[in-house]
Amino acid sequence: MVIYLDNNATTRVDPDVLEAMLPYLSDLYGNPSSMHSFGGQVGADILKARGQVAELLGAEETEIIFNSCGSEGNNTAIHAALAAQPDKRHIVTTAVEHPAILNVCKHLEKKGYRVTYLSVDRRGQLDLLELEAAMTGGTALVTTMYANNETGVIFPVEQIGAITKDYGATFHVDAVQAVGKVPIDLSTSTIDMLTLSGHKLHAPKGIGALYVRRGFRFRPFLLGGHQERGRRAGTQNVPGIVALGKAAELAQTHLYNVERERRLRDLLETQLQSQIPDCEVNGGGASRLPNTTNIGFKYIEGEAILFMLNQYGICASSGSACTSGSLEPSHVLMAMQLPYVILHGSIRFSLSRFTTEHEIRQVLTVMPGIVDKLRSLSPFNNDRADWLQSRNVA
Amino acid sequence: MWNYSQKVLDLFYNPVNQGAITDEQEPDVAVVFGEVGSIACGDALRLHLKIQVSTEAILDAKFQTFGCTSAIASSSALTEIVKGKTLDEALQVSNHDIANYLGGLPEAKMHCSVMGQEALEAAIFRYRGIKVEDHEEDEGNLVCSCYAVTEPRIRRIIIENNLTTLEQVTNYLKAGGGCGTCLAAVEDILQEIQQQQAAVPTRLAAELATVDMTTAALPMTTLQKISLIQQVLDQEIRPVLRADGGDVELFDINGDHVQVVLKGACHGCSSSTATVKYAIEAQLRQRGLPTLTVEEVTV
Ligand code: FES
Repeated sequence: MVIYLDNNATTRVDPDVLEAMLPYLSDLYGNPSSMHSFGGQVGADILKARGQVAELLGAEETEIIFNSCGSEGNNTAIHAALAAQPDKRHIVTTAVEHPAILNVCKHLEKKGYRVTYLSVDRRGQLDLLELEAAMTGGTALVTTMYANNETGVIFPVEQIGAITKDYGATFHVDAVQAVGKVPIDLSTSTIDMLTLSGHKLHAPKGIGALYVRRGFRFRPFLLGGHQERGRRAGTQNVPGIVALGKAAELAQTHLYNVERERRLRDLLETQLQSQIPDCEVNGGGASRLPNTTNIGFKYIEGEAILFMLNQYGICASSGSACTSGSLEPSHVLMAMQLPYVILHGSIRFSLSRFTTEHEIRQVLTVMPGIVDKLRSLSPFNNDRADWLQSRNVA
Repeated sequence: MWNYSQKVLDLFYNPVNQGAITDEQEPDVAVVFGEVGSIACGDALRLHLKIQVSTEAILDAKFQTFGCTSAIASSSALTEIVKGKTLDEALQVSNHDIANYLGGLPEAKMHCSVMGQEALEAAIFRYRGIKVEDHEEDEGNLVCSCYAVTEPRIRRIIIENNLTTLEQVTNYLKAGGGCGTCLAAVEDILQEIQQQQAAVPTRLAAELATVDMTTAALPMTTLQKISLIQQVLDQEIRPVLRADGGDVELFDINGDHVQVVLKGACHGCSSSTATVKYAIEAQLRQRGLPTLTVEEVTV
């Protein structure tokens, strides 16, 4: 049996979503751009899905552009913001963004743009004064995440947006982790563009959407046919779009009982902390997503914990370098300036509406033993030696 | 998820020889430990050895490891490998021996095996009173400050493991895996070594061509033949190869057919055939063995 607590990586497709999309993988295969009624029917269904997504965000249907994923949304948004204000060459973002933002920014730096990466504090939170100080009349874009994928820490987006507007810059929000977990109402928001991704809210992989505020001077990223009103070329992924529509509808219902998830998360968090010495919640003091907890277990290493959990069929994720193929630990935890003893041994558990109390209790049963076992192997366990801390630290 | 061998997983889930060896007050027994890594690097290993003083045999080995699945498995493997060996034998254990014992490691995890080999060396050096810091081989310019890797150490690991790409150097040493500032410097070192290796056979042939013929081309007994070959190898060929991080050893002789083993940088070097044919064989032929053929064997 699998206990899946890695929902910030991806979620299972909701059975209702699957059911909704299946006909579009078999009988209803028409191209929505076709002139005949067989395709036209499908076109109507896309419209419905657009409405469902818009509804979840408090947006209008015409403000939703379907695309393939969060990375596409983020790339498009940055491109669109810069294309709309070609004379401005400054971008503000944060040090803890997803690579789909950070790597685009790094690329743009090579093209002559100036990028400010705002720092975060030990709780993973921004300093708005630092944002103010970074802004200039030449700032084209402020792009920040809504909630962090690793820690769940939520940024004060409306406050960021207000500052952004003072300087006449575009405000883009990468809300891939937040949509469906916290209520979002774009009708009264300062956000110009917002990215979401289907597979984070129980739709399949390969479908996403970008919200673009009405009236925003949008320049398309992907050129070609007139799909999505000329704003994103390419034959629409009809099954994906229908699935995302259904997923958005279900997410909206779920928002009403997200408290159940939060309770389970809190149970996991508090019990682990009371049963296991020397562990702490990363970003614990900040406002966070209800489904995410990121806990640092001191003196042991994250990948080892994951492999031990894997033996019990428990799926989680780690901010440790060894899991990622890179050698650096998570850039998010590093930016929070957590001590190495914590950041190398940090584990993220992310829940979904399918998570049960029984599953959480299973984790609570095995986790103390795992930590004990690994600590018994660790040289830190016996003498808490600081020989390792003092040596080779750059 | 990493694709680990069954042996890695077995030794991770059921590690052997974990723990410390406390100072046992037994006659003729010494206890020592060596440590490498750091909390900043994300892995660290402390290797404890129990040594019989009179024979320098390793009676027992235990480890304490902070690190990932493969670091823990590599530590168990290391302790199993060195138990029963003498210190000199143990010093011959390479990171490849550790990786092979485990049925291989993912390339990106090879640094775990390097860490094992280095902890072993650290323990033995400490026992012998050589301060690890004094290990002049690895002392020198700090190239990668993120992972505290020096230039000599980069050179040594490149040569010992025949590394050819920047990515491999990072996988084996971590150097370059952090901020990346040092990547250009690492690449320069790598390139320099590759150029030197490529130049060995040509240079050697040129140098050898100037050596006088001192031995008459008379029929020889097998014994004479062996000692002449050995002498030419030892005095004329090995010093040149060694200067470039390589080496050669006589493996066997069968009539006019000589087999040699290339070591260090020469082993697996793309121009090893040239080394054997144009350097070693040509030289031996000049020295009065005109019908000799030399062949490289791997052992
Ligand atoms: S200095 Fe080598 S990776 Fe940073």
